Amino acid sequence: MGVDRRKFVKIAGAAALGLTAAPPIKLFSSETEEKADTSLCNTATDSCVCKPPEVDPVEQGLKKDPTRWAMVVNLGECRKHEDCKDCILACHETHNVPDFPKKKDEVKWIWKEQFSHAFHEVENEFGDEELNHSPALLLCNHCDNPPCVKVCPTQATWKREQDGIVMMDWHRCIGCRYCLAACPYGSRSFNYRDPRPHIKEINTDFPTRMRGVVEKCTFCDERLAEGKLPACVDACKYGCLTFGDLEDADSKVRELLHSHFTIRRKPGLGTQPEVFYIV
Amino acid sequence: MIENALKGGKRYWSWIAFLLVIIAVGGLYWLRQFNEGLTITGLNRDVSWGLYIAQFTFMVGVAASAVMVVLPYYLHNYKAFGKITILGEFVAVGACIMCMGFIFVDMGQPFRITNVFLHPSPNSMMFWDTVVLMGYLVLNVLISFVTLHSEKKSIAPPKWIRPIIILSIPWAVSIHTVTAFLYAGLVARPFWMTAVMAPRFLATAFSAGPALLILLALILRKNTKFDTGKEPIQKLAIIVTYAMIMNVFLLLMEIFTAVYSGIPEHLDHFKYLYFGLGENTALVPWMWTSAVLAVIALVLLIVPQFRKNETLLIWGCIAVFISIWIDKGMGMIVTGYIPNPLHTVTEYVPTFPEVMITLMVWALGGLIITGLYKVALSVRKQLV
Ligand code: SF4
Ligand code: SF4
Repeated sequence: MGVDRRKFVKIAGAAALGLTAAPPIKLFSSETEEKADTSLCNTATDSCVCKPPEVDPVEQGLKKDPTRWAMVVNLGECRKHEDCKDCILACHETHNVPDFPKKKDEVKWIWKEQFSHAFHEVENEFGDEELNHSPALLLCNHCDNPPCVKVCPTQATWKREQDGIVMMDWHRCIGCRYCLAACPYGSRSFNYRDPRPHIKEINTDFPTRMRGVVEKCTFCDERLAEGKLPACVDACKYGCLTFGDLEDADSKVRELLHSHFTIRRKPGLGTQPEVFYIV
Repeated sequence: MIENALKGGKRYWSWIAFLLVIIAVGGLYWLRQFNEGLTITGLNRDVSWGLYIAQFTFMVGVAASAVMVVLPYYLHNYKAFGKITILGEFVAVGACIMCMGFIFVDMGQPFRITNVFLHPSPNSMMFWDTVVLMGYLVLNVLISFVTLHSEKKSIAPPKWIRPIIILSIPWAVSIHTVTAFLYAGLVARPFWMTAVMAPRFLATAFSAGPALLILLALILRKNTKFDTGKEPIQKLAIIVTYAMIMNVFLLLMEIFTAVYSGIPEHLDHFKYLYFGLGENTALVPWMWTSAVLAVIALVLLIVPQFRKNETLLIWGCIAVFISIWIDKGMGMIVTGYIPNPLHTVTEYVPTFPEVMITLMVWALGGLIITGLYKVALSVRKQLV
């Protein structure tokens, strides 16, 4: 899949660049843009997934403002269902994430981690013990300013211009693990061994990986392309996960960020995570 | 000229055979790693660089240290280094190849290495490190062979080589600076986030490298007719002394900053190094060994009577070499990952196969340096 998609991304990226370099066109076309947006809206979900990121803006004859996908995790609600693993299972099954017998080989895209570890910088010795020990849901933050992308010597991981997803090309990755050293959130996993024999049931709609490459959450770019929500968001029956476009002022994520106090992991590093937490 | 590497006595060939056996055994483990993946190492999700990258970092320093003989000899015309310069350059060649070897065995998909050049990424320090290391290797191979060839023919080296030699001086500094930048710019790793890393890398390089060179020169003196004489050894010893003092000074700066500021994100790494975090104390004995050796080395090197005594100097050089090898290798790399970004601890201990693969690369470097030294000595013996 790597090659074609990358090629597409390059073309789309170049097209986007070209268009921003010509502001008058953008100015005059802004009305059509908005209309086109709503016409593409195909679901009635709260968090609107109405901008399939892989629609070529040139082919469509229109240019949309870049999308900025983000997620809001409602930890307060999630905490009530400590044993629930629906989102994790859905993600790992969809994406052929292996389950290795040894912890040292572990690969995970989304997982629960004790709150006081996930947010160790806000840990408070007299704070709510229960909160400190409660699980927090962690995944790649799709940082706006991703250190992992900066360090990759082959551009096997890159930030997709049109929607901010930090992507992975498993056919290009050389397995140097520089990105594992660079991610301040421990979001990345390396295939220390062949993952294929350790996938419970292979989902043939999604590629499997080979040993020696790095992988991580991709915000379900493949589902977004079909206008679907990410698998974890879809799977949560308590509505703890909200996904949407930060560029869209009416999106549910923007509304939640407006109405709730949210935190992000290690905000001081300037990475600008796109995953927000309601505590 | 090269063919001289293939002529030698019994001692020479037993040493070569010994190295070849290690390479063969290590090679078998590497094949296993190639088939099964890096799972046969002790590396894990939290500590994803270990013994291999530690050796790499240390060896870049050894490679860069050739500049400590090249600079006085070519730039300041310090004649006493005439005989030893080629030894330094050949060590650089061997060390560069070892660096590449360690990177190669560390990669998950080693045969995709060309991707680094097919998709050049100037953002990535690893890209630059690859570029400068390869350049440095080419420079040193070229310089050493051209100068040796002229020596063989008893003519002056060609004029065009001089600018290349001069270029190799800043280039040596660059390889180690860029290697420090690999680590020092990562927001995720407070332990590595220190502006002192590049200067300290240079200080450790300029002490461990020349210390190795002293040892090699003395081994050659003992086993062959080759003798550098006392003066260059003593001059090198002074270089080792000053560089080692700088190294320890910079280490104390690091410790002051971490301890006085007391920021847990920084301090905990140092706690892990010297006292361990809870039950996790894998590196503690090593780090204290390194510290004690550093003190011993300083005493043996700073006191002139000790330094001038060649037996004590040998011990001083061994102490420098091991102390830095521990501290700059495993101490520096592994501790960057402990505690991890979630401030929890997963420890790392190399496995037996990992150690064997590491020995394989060391033996390969040893083989290259031995062969090159053989060539150099043969040329010189012809001259006599
Ligand atoms: S969370 Fe880590 S892997 Fe994800 S974009 Fe940020 S730095 Fe990269
Ligand atoms: S492991 Fe792969 S994705 Fe990560 S930095 Fe290396 S080449 Fe890039």
